[in-house]
Amino acid sequence: MQYSWDWFVFFKPSVTGDGPYGLMLLRGLGWTILLSLLAWILAFGIALAAGVARTLPGRLPRFAAATYVHCFRNVPLLVQLFLWYFVVPELLPVSWGNAIKQMNPTTNQFLTVLVGLTLYTAAKAAEQVRAGIDSLPVSQKQAAMALGLGTAAAYRHVILPQALRIVIPPMTSDFLNVFKNSAVALTIGLMELTGQTRQLSEFSAHPFEAFIAATLVYMLITYGVIVLMRQIELRTRVPGLLGSR
Amino acid sequence: MGYDFDWGSLVRAWPYLLQGLRMTALLVVVGMGAGIGLGTLFAIVRMFGPRPLATIIGGYVNLFRSIPLILTILWFYFLMPVVARAVTGDPNLSVGPIYAAIAAFVLAESAYYCEIIRAGIGSVRSEQMQAAFSLGMTRWQGLRNVVLPQAFRNMLPSLINQTIALLKDTSLVYVISLNDFLGAATAIGQRDGRVVEVYIFVAIVYLALCSTGAWAVTKLQRRRTVLAR
Repeated sequence: MQYSWDWFVFFKPSVTGDGPYGLMLLRGLGWTILLSLLAWILAFGIALAAGVARTLPGRLPRFAAATYVHCFRNVPLLVQLFLWYFVVPELLPVSWGNAIKQMNPTTNQFLTVLVGLTLYTAAKAAEQVRAGIDSLPVSQKQAAMALGLGTAAAYRHVILPQALRIVIPPMTSDFLNVFKNSAVALTIGLMELTGQTRQLSEFSAHPFEAFIAATLVYMLITYGVIVLMRQIELRTRVPGLLGSR
Repeated sequence: MGYDFDWGSLVRAWPYLLQGLRMTALLVVVGMGAGIGLGTLFAIVRMFGPRPLATIIGGYVNLFRSIPLILTILWFYFLMPVVARAVTGDPNLSVGPIYAAIAAFVLAESAYYCEIIRAGIGSVRSEQMQAAFSLGMTRWQGLRNVVLPQAFRNMLPSLINQTIALLKDTSLVYVISLNDFLGAATAIGQRDGRVVEVYIFVAIVYLALCSTGAWAVTKLQRRRTVLAR
């Protein structure tokens, strides 16, 4: 096989004049991490609200949350991203749409992916929150009511502290998926890790090195998240449940 | 709101969109068929096979599960031609994006399905295998005739869910310019300057297809809870 390996390609200056190829990859990694962490934090908040709303006694919040979860889970992330990027600015009032189009392109792309990724992730995570709440015995809520707590206080002091801790292990895979899903950002031009890898492989004519490096970085991220979540899991386990050992 | 909708270009372009939908269906069917086939094989090897082989399969599954599917698709798109040229010795050989997409989906999906099938086999009680042994079956016969039929029934909802995920994932072939449903729709939208209508339509079609799958899962789960009582 006539492929000339050159692992020092990462230290060579890029033909685009953006510094060495390795720096391009690092910059991409920076976008991937920033995007994924922000999206995850926002998604967690929305998932909490939507997950709780699906277990409330009122019909309206239940229906609204169920509709949101269903729609955002059942449309491909890429299609949602295109809706946010190409369709929504056209449907907004003209002055708003123009304001969005006149934004700095990178800011515009970043915010668009952030919105799309957050809402997609939150819809999936909301199901985990709901499952966690549903897994608690009804007697927990009844006991809280018997103590004179209102719905809000019962959730705040009795239900959520238990449900959220049960939900941490299944949430780990959602957290991992954010990092992987953030790669769709390259389709609208945000050069995150996968996008930079594609550029690197085209410019440097060393596709194998580029793709192997990116694969290793993603595996490292996965490993890091798993270690982090295991630590959180250990610290927050519910005493007395089977999963706590 | 200053947008005038015009759905005419969608109506005129329906044969082209249908062709795109056919490509999507091809990817889903091949990905599902080969994914479940290979996934079952991998799961069995991982659970009952010889140690070194089980370790290799485990590494393979974890590798594909930890990298983005887009990266996998790009891997095959950029590197298959390089490998194919090296193997055949023909420097001008080109590999179509469709083959790269199929290779990426088969390998990645078999890793995803493998984990589901492993969990499904794990959910069958070990007495079932012992009972098969005591009837004089070999391990393979016991797996095929006793364990797998029960395991597949248990994991049917998860398998359908994964297939819905596969259907959504096929839209990612957009990055290698393969004309699946999303790719065809994008081409129409850009040609006619009607991306707004086209993407709304695409979203509705995917929503309808995935909702059908999700509805089947709920139905199956409800029936199973009744049976289990």
